[in-house]
Amino acid sequence: MIEVDVLVVGGGPAGMNAALAVADAGATVLLVDRFYKLGGQLVKQTHKFFGWADRGAGTRGFHLAEDLAQKVKSHPNIRLLMGHELIGAYADGTYIAATWDAHVKIKAKKAIMCTGAAERMITFENNDLPGVMGAGAVQTLMNEYGVMPGQRYLIVGSGNVGVILAYQLLQAGAQVDAIVDVLPKLGGAYWVHAAKVQRLGVPLLLRRTITGVYGDGRVEKAVTVAVDERFEPVPGTEMEHHVDVVALAVGLMPLADVFQAAGVKTVYVPELGGFVPWHDELGHTTCPDIYVAEDAGGIEEATTASLGGTLAGLTAAKELGYPVDEKAVEQYLKSLESFRDSSLSQKVKEGLNKLRSGEHA
Amino acid sequence: MVMDPKKVIICRCEDVTLEEVREAIKNGYTSWDEIKRLLRVGMGPCGGKTCKMLVLRELAAFHKKPIEKLPIRPTAVRPPLRSTPFRAFLKEEEL
Repeated sequence: MIEVDVLVVGGGPAGMNAALAVADAGATVLLVDRFYKLGGQLVKQTHKFFGWADRGAGTRGFHLAEDLAQKVKSHPNIRLLMGHELIGAYADGTYIAATWDAHVKIKAKKAIMCTGAAERMITFENNDLPGVMGAGAVQTLMNEYGVMPGQRYLIVGSGNVGVILAYQLLQAGAQVDAIVDVLPKLGGAYWVHAAKVQRLGVPLLLRRTITGVYGDGRVEKAVTVAVDERFEPVPGTEMEHHVDVVALAVGLMPLADVFQAAGVKTVYVPELGGFVPWHDELGHTTCPDIYVAEDAGGIEEATTASLGGTLAGLTAAKELGYPVDEKAVEQYLKSLESFRDSSLSQKVKEGLNKLRSGEHA
Repeated sequence: MVMDPKKVIICRCEDVTLEEVREAIKNGYTSWDEIKRLLRVGMGPCGGKTCKMLVLRELAAFHKKPIEKLPIRPTAVRPPLRSTPFRAFLKEEEL
């Protein structure tokens, strides 16, 4: 059994920043991650970040991860438990993390859940044929393990993930047949990224969706069809794409099961990606000892994840009685608010308002 | 619809098709819990990360209600949260 002040679950930008905030305040931290390398989704982000210089803009994602990981690993108050997944959370502050061979019992006064998100699936014919995979999975194989899962790709979804994946595939020497999106306009991607991949010859096919993949034992062909205003397929507009991988970048879903298991109230908010724990801007949930930071609390991106992680960390430390710089808390809250001023954050803001105006507000 | 629901997989872990889910709903199994017990959606290794939203969308269409208004028991998630072999329960690691 390990006893700590604060358990942090997830070693991405939110989790690492949360752990550092808690540890800097003087409390002891156990950081658990199911992988052996810290960084979460940052590890596969080979592009430079937008946003603010003090939160990593202009730096490549995996470099940000390395810098944070260095600080986490060398902090005397932080213990790491890598290669372990959280499999149980109980109301008395007991948590169980496990590998495939053994388990670890953890007793923590507070827990900050930075479990992130899972990729969404959509329905089309033969959607379990090998060659159909999440865009994030393609990035993991390609950018982290150096394995190319195919030669020619169809990307479904024109959000940030889909568009950046297209660019990374081209950089790696693969062919991108097209990016399709069911909506009439570009998804959440930054326009400069979308313009760049189109200049490189990747068509962006809007108001179009995938209806099936076909092939002998693996994807050899994908079929897409145009949709009308009600998202109904328009007969006669079928198009064949000769690809061996279909990468689905159709959105992410917060990993809320850990909150549900621990008895935290979760609410379905489509703008935040699905079921999310009720939470305020400091990371409080409906359970006084469990906190959350993005994306587990709502799908955003790395900058808000690191700010949210820091805020949740400072809040947990303060509530354990450790001295915390209140001015810094105010500053982080202000930063979060002004970062969300961009039009790309409109949906998230609506989602958070909906969540917080509910019965638990 | 141009898609054959027999060929559309809803739950990859347990190999459940869209046709089976629609058939279950037609037969009166109209909540996530009932469909889960009947077809084993969400009971495979991924714990519903692929299928749950897809099934909820089908239920929303059937009930003509948004997903947030569907009857879903909030306490239905229990440990272990991830597939864990029995041997992992038998051995406690001391760190």
